[in-house]
Amino acid sequence: MTATPDTVDVAAVSAAPAAAPRPGTLRTRLRALRRNRLALTGAVIAAVFVLAALCAPLLTPYDPAGPDFDAALAPPSWAHWLGTDDLGRDQLSRVIYGARASMQVGLLAVVLAFLIGVPLGLAAGYYGKYADSAVSRLTDTLLAFPFLVLAVGLAAVLGPSLLNATLAIGISQVPAVIRITRAETLRLKHLDYVGAAIVNGGGDGTVLARHILPNATSALIVQATVGIPAAIIGEALLSFLGLGVQPPAPSLGVMLAGAQPFLGPAPWMAVFPGLAIVAATLAFNLLGDGLRDVLDPRGGTR
Amino acid sequence: MSTAPHASDAPGAPGAPVLSVRDLSVSFRSDTRTVHAVDSLSYDVAPGEVLAIVGESGCGKSVTSMAVMGLLPPTATVTGSVRLGGRELAGAAEKELEKVRGKDLAMIFQEPMTSLNPVLTVGRQIGEVLRRHQGLTRKEAREKAVELLALVGIPAPERRVAEYPHQLSGGMRQRVMIAIAVACDPAVLIADEPTTALDVTVQAGILEVLQSLRERLGTALVLITHDLGVVADAADRVLVMYAGRAVEQAPVDELFAAPRHPYTRGLLGAVLRPGQEGKRRLPEIPGLVPSLTAQPDACTFADRCTHADERCGAERPPLIPESGHRVACWHPVTEPAATPSAGHEEAAR
Amino acid sequence: MSAVREIPTPRETSDDAVPVLEVRDLERYFTTSGGVVRAVDGVSLTIGRGEVLGLVGESGSGKSTVGRCVVRLDEPTGGRIALKGTDITHLSRRALRPLRTDMHLVFQDPSSSLDPRMTTGQIVAEPLRLHRLVPKSGLRARVEELLGQVGLRPEHADRHPHELSGGQRQRISLARALSVAPDLLIADEPTSALDVSVQASVLNLLADLQRDRGFGCLFITHDLAAVEFLADRIAVMYLGRIVEEAPTAQLFAAPLHPYTQALLSAAPVPDPTTQRARERIVLHGDLPSPLSPPPGCHFHTRCPVAVDRCRTDVPELRELPGGRRVSCHLVDSGRPLDGRSPANSSPSGV
Repeated sequence: MTATPDTVDVAAVSAAPAAAPRPGTLRTRLRALRRNRLALTGAVIAAVFVLAALCAPLLTPYDPAGPDFDAALAPPSWAHWLGTDDLGRDQLSRVIYGARASMQVGLLAVVLAFLIGVPLGLAAGYYGKYADSAVSRLTDTLLAFPFLVLAVGLAAVLGPSLLNATLAIGISQVPAVIRITRAETLRLKHLDYVGAAIVNGGGDGTVLARHILPNATSALIVQATVGIPAAIIGEALLSFLGLGVQPPAPSLGVMLAGAQPFLGPAPWMAVFPGLAIVAATLAFNLLGDGLRDVLDPRGGTR
Repeated sequence: MSTAPHASDAPGAPGAPVLSVRDLSVSFRSDTRTVHAVDSLSYDVAPGEVLAIVGESGCGKSVTSMAVMGLLPPTATVTGSVRLGGRELAGAAEKELEKVRGKDLAMIFQEPMTSLNPVLTVGRQIGEVLRRHQGLTRKEAREKAVELLALVGIPAPERRVAEYPHQLSGGMRQRVMIAIAVACDPAVLIADEPTTALDVTVQAGILEVLQSLRERLGTALVLITHDLGVVADAADRVLVMYAGRAVEQAPVDELFAAPRHPYTRGLLGAVLRPGQEGKRRLPEIPGLVPSLTAQPDACTFADRCTHADERCGAERPPLIPESGHRVACWHPVTEPAATPSAGHEEAAR
Repeated sequence: MSAVREIPTPRETSDDAVPVLEVRDLERYFTTSGGVVRAVDGVSLTIGRGEVLGLVGESGSGKSTVGRCVVRLDEPTGGRIALKGTDITHLSRRALRPLRTDMHLVFQDPSSSLDPRMTTGQIVAEPLRLHRLVPKSGLRARVEELLGQVGLRPEHADRHPHELSGGQRQRISLARALSVAPDLLIADEPTSALDVSVQASVLNLLADLQRDRGFGCLFITHDLAAVEFLADRIAVMYLGRIVEEAPTAQLFAAPLHPYTQALLSAAPVPDPTTQRARERIVLHGDLPSPLSPPPGCHFHTRCPVAVDRCRTDVPELRELPGGRRVSCHLVDSGRPLDGRSPANSSPSGV
């Protein structure tokens, strides 16, 4: 009597109209995503950030690095919507350029993590045995280095720069990508259609590229939307500590660091970059949650 | 095997049904469409009777029983009446239903593993029902649990009562489910595909248990199945469902000997019979089950039926007569069922 | 590619005497934390050209594992598998690839055996593409032809699996399997997940195709009626071993092994009069754990007629006259035990 009634009858009902399109196609999923208000909000804000990053030079009214000592520490006004900092630089322009740096790092780091993690995860999951143990050791090793230590190390060796921050963040995300790819591969490789692909005469490449990877994309997309905000925060943190973007180049982290001495007289210097970080992170997380609900094959029927 | 229900055990007048379902309709709404899973279904079950509800997947047979139990999710709209021994269950408050479920009306499911709690012993799970509905003490409940396990044919019940579900085989788990279901001596037991997940040699044992329970406890059984062999083995009466509606209802012998609805004929023709000589072509039913998004004022089987004419497409056939061998068809077949070997010529056209 | 192919068995030399499939003493042991599971424990089978062998057993009998080992989706731990005379037991996946045109497989669950992201046309075309059996330009036409052969329309090629019914999906599965024109088809419970009326149409189709194309078939099922419909010979498995093998008609007329008898008697006949008049052999107890199968005859714990010898000695699978094999101490000369043959109560007699 403790059974789950809803699974029973939903299965019965959805099995009935066999010809009708069932949930699970990309189109129905996108439609479901559109109905999810929070996810939609997230998607819109994320899109605004991406656009702002792409079009930064067109949108910014001032040179983000150009000081104007006459207007130093000006509160928000029509001339400077978000005020100016201690060197009189326009905060709005700097936030937009900072967002651009954040997006760059966020996307590049995730792409890097996927480029390394996906093949390793596929190999570990598909071949098992030695490949799996080897990849597991690698994952363990990476996890043993906290991301900050890794970043400090890289900065020490290669010098602090946006690229090295990206590298550090990307590498720190590799274990998560490996784990999720490996889990998906393990799940998929025992499915009958993968068996059928082998019986068809498909080699490992065919099976992995045509059958396993495409069916793992949902999980990977969700992982990406988790990875991007983490990378944005990571960038802000590293730049704040002086390990990422180097002043005077704008970055949300650099701005926060620079705002520290002026929290009393010019709170806008800290508030706006802070808000930007929160908004970007929240947007991608909301989008990720929505995608997770929509793309999860088990939740797909609901 | 085919003993008549024990009228003496039955409460009330011999003709009075314990469970009476009238015009039961269930629909599921989603954002894009409404699925009418069950459409004006009515049936009665007499005390100690075994009513089989037969149909293929998606015909609404399982949804029907969930509706009777009041276990459908809020997305379902249920109309009609479900009376259990004179008490109306349709629309009753959840609190009210909780008192009835497991006590007067019990249910067993297809997959016994997911219906049992993996972290509680078998004895605890049986005892829980007894303590809730009959107020037994822990010790009394355990003793009764051992008794019940013996009743459903589990060897060494004193030992089994302390075991966990994963230590039991599929057949044993289903027996435990039955023991839980009959713990409070319910008037009606609904069994939804109770043997489908089991092997045939195990299935035979489960069917015997259900049969003996009906004989010993006088429990009425609603047996939901797609397996006509199981129906032939266990049922007194059969209700055939197609696309959410009842198409035929008859005593089991009559239904198998002289099915009157073309769908029932097709179904009986298509079923494989072990031990038949030679290789014949199996009769098929052409076409697909209609989608349940519409409730046409027509026979839902008309598209697949060779007997269909204009009327079948324009008017919904009622299930007539009021009792006995009932059929919802404008052109019911009247000749007796052909033998399996001859039957296919007609069905295959 | 062709070089690899010629070393094993060139098609020209293979004649009718070489069986399509020969399995000898196949073993598949799994090592688990609880011990060694002998899923398949010394199974031998032969399938001739165009012959349908039914492999029957209940869950846990190892019948599906035999099928998966034959197509090498599972690795046998012992024994030998020969496909048209070529030993494929230990061929690498790469070396096996050219031989994949000789065998294919139909799975039980039509909802999981088709890649949800591909159209049915792509699914059916994949073996053709991989083996370069058809030039790219002719692919679509060949796919439509194959769909036609399994009773589907050309426009079905553009649908995705979830847009099709269970029966239609199983037809796609068959079209994919037949695209390589295999000499051996492994059908693992192809109709078990389908509704009765759909089951009938898929079985008819399978029978038609088998007759027209003449492929050998290993038909794995728990459904005795389905196997009787399709198979020429039937092998019955219990706990990883074959307990009886006989031509179909003989097995149903006079099953020799007590397990076969119980199996035949337990399957309910869809006719109330016959079914209720039958004497049913109800087996007591459950399938023993494959981790610790009982000594002697695996079946003795549930066998209604077991004697002391059954508890200690493993019965040999002995050849009997008439192409039968049975593994039971109590069967001497092909005489059914206590003269009981449950299948005699056939429904058509009513």
